[in-house]
Amino acid sequence: MSGASKFVEHAIEFLPILLQGAFVTVQVTVLSFALSSVIGLVFALMKLSHWRPVALTAGTLVNVIRGLPIIVQLFYIYFVLPDIGVQFSAFQAGVIGLGIAYSAYQAENFRAGIEAVDHGQMEAAQAIGMRMPLIMRRVILPQAFRIALPPYGNTLVMMLKDSSLVSTITVAEMTRAGQLIASSTFQNMTVYTLVALLYLLMSLPLVYGLRRLEARLGARRPR
Amino acid sequence: MIEVIDLHKRFGEHEVLKGVSLGVDAGEVVCLIGPSGSGKSTALRCINGLESYEGGEVRVLGERVDRHSSNIHRLRSRVGMVFQRFNLFPHRSALENVMEGPLYVKREAPDVARRDALALLDKVGLAHKAEAWPAQLSGGQQQRVAIARALAMKPDAMLFDEPTSALDPELVGEVLAVMRALAGEGMTMIVVTHEMGFAREVADRVCFLHGGSIVEQGPAAQLLTAPQQARTQDFLRRVLRPGT
Repeated sequence: MSGASKFVEHAIEFLPILLQGAFVTVQVTVLSFALSSVIGLVFALMKLSHWRPVALTAGTLVNVIRGLPIIVQLFYIYFVLPDIGVQFSAFQAGVIGLGIAYSAYQAENFRAGIEAVDHGQMEAAQAIGMRMPLIMRRVILPQAFRIALPPYGNTLVMMLKDSSLVSTITVAEMTRAGQLIASSTFQNMTVYTLVALLYLLMSLPLVYGLRRLEARLGARRPR
Repeated sequence: MIEVIDLHKRFGEHEVLKGVSLGVDAGEVVCLIGPSGSGKSTALRCINGLESYEGGEVRVLGERVDRHSSNIHRLRSRVGMVFQRFNLFPHRSALENVMEGPLYVKREAPDVARRDALALLDKVGLAHKAEAWPAQLSGGQQQRVAIARALAMKPDAMLFDEPTSALDPELVGEVLAVMRALAGEGMTMIVVTHEMGFAREVADRVCFLHGGSIVEQGPAAQLLTAPQQARTQDFLRRVLRPGT
């Protein structure tokens, strides 16, 4: 029993610090998810462009980003860019790095969604005199989003977990907070169990919520 | 109102249109008939710039139709199009489908657009389905909403691309009835169709296409009952008496 009571005792002591880290984790996740969505959408639209140089540029960028480990991208932004005069705080570098790294996957999510929309939708919109930006905004993207929602939500869950990578560039998110506590107290089991539980506490409701959202959109607007 | 002059169109090696010429005056109803692959749908799609073409010219209301020119959007809004597969926006209600063009292309006030859209839905017999999603409607109802959506732009002419071909037989009549009423109001219409009864009754003129050319055209009664060309006779025999 003393093992369990020890665990609770330590947990009470460590939790406030870990929760602060969890708050940073959520911030990093939300911000870099938003950034990756915007960049990813731009890449997706570029890849679908009929203007070949634009499509080619986007394709190349996406492949380069996809071909690099996320940690290397983070190191590059945080440690290398200052050498050429571009300085970011660790938090900014983390958000930008994760955002760019994930934009490649977001681009694929969005492109697949857009391409899955029936071509007749485009023609019907053109036939009532709509221009391309309006067609995208009113007709194609709303349908593409519904199609892309499952992989899009999946990306969000993956990002929540991969936000721990920014600990490598000293951002004090939850994993980093855990590392710091563990190395000073040697309570590895307690600390990392707590860290794991806290990640689950965030990711499981997210998974559940996304499934509810998918079901609701599917039920309200059946095809 | 609509002039097609020596239209040529190819898909790769395959020449789909080999010099189609067709003039349609205001208030005229013209039916395009012919076997599948004869180019009738392609010709129709060239008229509102959904297809490009390599040779000849299409003019609508005196302006050249070119899908890459800057006036194409305005021209399209003057010519309504109804598709074989309806192509309603599935994420918008029937009413929203009809309001979409007036609201976002013509930038009409919402209350005006709504009132007009409801009137159009009433006209096609679907006022009671205004709030329904497309998926909740039958094929015939969806196609009637699609007609209302095209009419909402107050077009000068309407193009119909096999509007009843995707429908169950018992639903064809309700769509043809709406089209018949429209023709009765003096709407200029070009209709690609396999409905010979409709063509005979409603069309001022029928054009028979075969292999990318207009083989024969004339007043509906004359072309459908006393065709001059062998290929027209052969086609009509097969369509009017299937199985022989």
